[in-house]
Amino acid sequence: MSAARSCRPPRALAGLFVGCLRNTGARQIPCRFVHLYHVGSYRLITFQYFSFLKRMYVTQCNNDLSQRAKPKSDSIVSAFHELQQLDQEKKVVHEISSVSPVHQSWSEMSSRNELREMKSAAETEDSLIAGGAESKEDRQWKEMKLRLDDLPGILARLSKIKLTALVVSTASAGFAMAPVPFELTCFLLASLGTGLASCAANSINQFFEVPFDSNMNRTKNRPLVRGQISPLLAVCFAASCGIPGIALLTLGVNPLTGALGAFNIFLYTCCYTPLKRMSIANTWVGAVVGAIPPVMGWTAATGSLDAGALLLGGILYSWQFPHFNALSWGLREDYSRGGYCMMSVTHPGLCRRVALRHCLALIGLSTVAPVLNITTWTFPIISLPINLYISYLGFRFYRDADRSSSRKLFFCSLWHLPMLLLVMFTCKKSVLEKEDKGELRGESHEMAMEIRLP
Amino acid sequence: PPAHSRSDWIGPPDKHSNLRPIIFYVPPEESALERRLREARQEAQASNQRFWARHNRAFRQEKEEFIYSRLKAKGLEMRDESGQKATLNAEEMADFYKDFLRKNFKKHLQYNRDWYKHNFRITFLMGQVALVRALRWLRRRKKNVEQ
Repeated sequence: MSAARSCRPPRALAGLFVGCLRNTGARQIPCRFVHLYHVGSYRLITFQYFSFLKRMYVTQCNNDLSQRAKPKSDSIVSAFHELQQLDQEKKVVHEISSVSPVHQSWSEMSSRNELREMKSAAETEDSLIAGGAESKEDRQWKEMKLRLDDLPGILARLSKIKLTALVVSTASAGFAMAPVPFELTCFLLASLGTGLASCAANSINQFFEVPFDSNMNRTKNRPLVRGQISPLLAVCFAASCGIPGIALLTLGVNPLTGALGAFNIFLYTCCYTPLKRMSIANTWVGAVVGAIPPVMGWTAATGSLDAGALLLGGILYSWQFPHFNALSWGLREDYSRGGYCMMSVTHPGLCRRVALRHCLALIGLSTVAPVLNITTWTFPIISLPINLYISYLGFRFYRDADRSSSRKLFFCSLWHLPMLLLVMFTCKKSVLEKEDKGELRGESHEMAMEIRLP
Repeated sequence: PPAHSRSDWIGPPDKHSNLRPIIFYVPPEESALERRLREARQEAQASNQRFWARHNRAFRQEKEEFIYSRLKAKGLEMRDESGQKATLNAEEMADFYKDFLRKNFKKHLQYNRDWYKHNFRITFLMGQVALVRALRWLRRRKKNVEQ
């Protein structure tokens, strides 16, 4: 849930729902089968997600790495909207020149109707110049009036919906890894609550950072920066997401999860965001913020904070460092000008050391997982190649400290985490397995007793 | 913005401060509360504009000076044979970024405090104005229903 992190591609939330639907159908079937279904749907998600990743990032290769990758369709749609507004302005100007006493709202309505006709006529022409016109539209004066049809898009950008989707998927990974039978309603409530909490936290973060966001290339197209929404509305939206979200978690799941959610919102908005401008400790706080969602998922399933929850949190905590430090390496100029205290600017050596250190920690944490009975011993073995690869890239980053090594490390971290969680899930120690073993023992005892009795 | 518009208009980012200027609409029947809100927003806008314009200008200037001094130390000119502007690579610039951040740290702390104060005050006033408007609208509707 950290603001400075970008380029987190959306996990196919729809894919998660597919996984859930499949699960409900297969409930009566023993665990192994369900397992396979899960694996199947997860593999599908990973493949789609990976190709989606490629599509998104190839388009950004020419630009600065630091740009948040926007799907191509997004830019075309926004250009169209802005062309619409330009035409509307033209219409308004015409109305003035015709000197007819027309009421403001009526003129806008009529202009909008005429606009639709104009649109269909000029559509082909518009689409051709859409690309070039987009930057031109940016230099136009816009009316600060909230249009209801723009609102969903604006709110999605305000709540950083893609990042929220990623946070929800890490929480569901935490839920899935918990050694309890899967409950669909609990899972859905926990995911929804976490998603709402994340939306609220992201909105408040953007509310606090308007002038700084305007000065950084990566963030200058946010809704509050562009005046598409008022600060009051942003705060109201955050409250209307956060309060129901936390209430849902506390009442619908369990109080521990609710408390963790509320604490995470507080940590992100009141600790991480101001700390970004005061000290480099913000990176560590931000890593905790990122580590809490899987812990929340786990506590939602089990209701208690076990070692397993902390391990999952620990894995995500360690992952944040190579991810963020590699990203921030390319943003040093913007951070310096914007006044952000980041390791990559003030302590570059430390930045690279910490990234490498935590890559290696990931190997260690993966080895601890079977010790805590969360996964079988196949997990550290299967995950070793990817952990070694990211550690190798971390080492290259540490040694070379240049743009290409930071980019490689960053891109690796993007697929490394879903892969690791997927492998972890497939190696999960099945709950039924343990129960089966107990039953078998009981049965053999019974059989032995029967034999003895005549 | 057109003369008969009844809302605020926001413009493209300023060249120096990267902030988008807002032209505020002054309604003829503006209440005291609404006037306070508008003035608070204007004041915040002016203060932000001043800070960032000056800050960015200083950044650009100091960056140029740094590049110049480094190039001179290396014995190179600002522009090479083809007329292209000579630049330093990212690692050499890193020293400048570190230095610049350190030098402006206190300035940023002060600005942060001011910005948070402005932001909270404006949002709170917006809330008050919205509440008053909503109550007025409800009262008007009740009157219409009674009539």
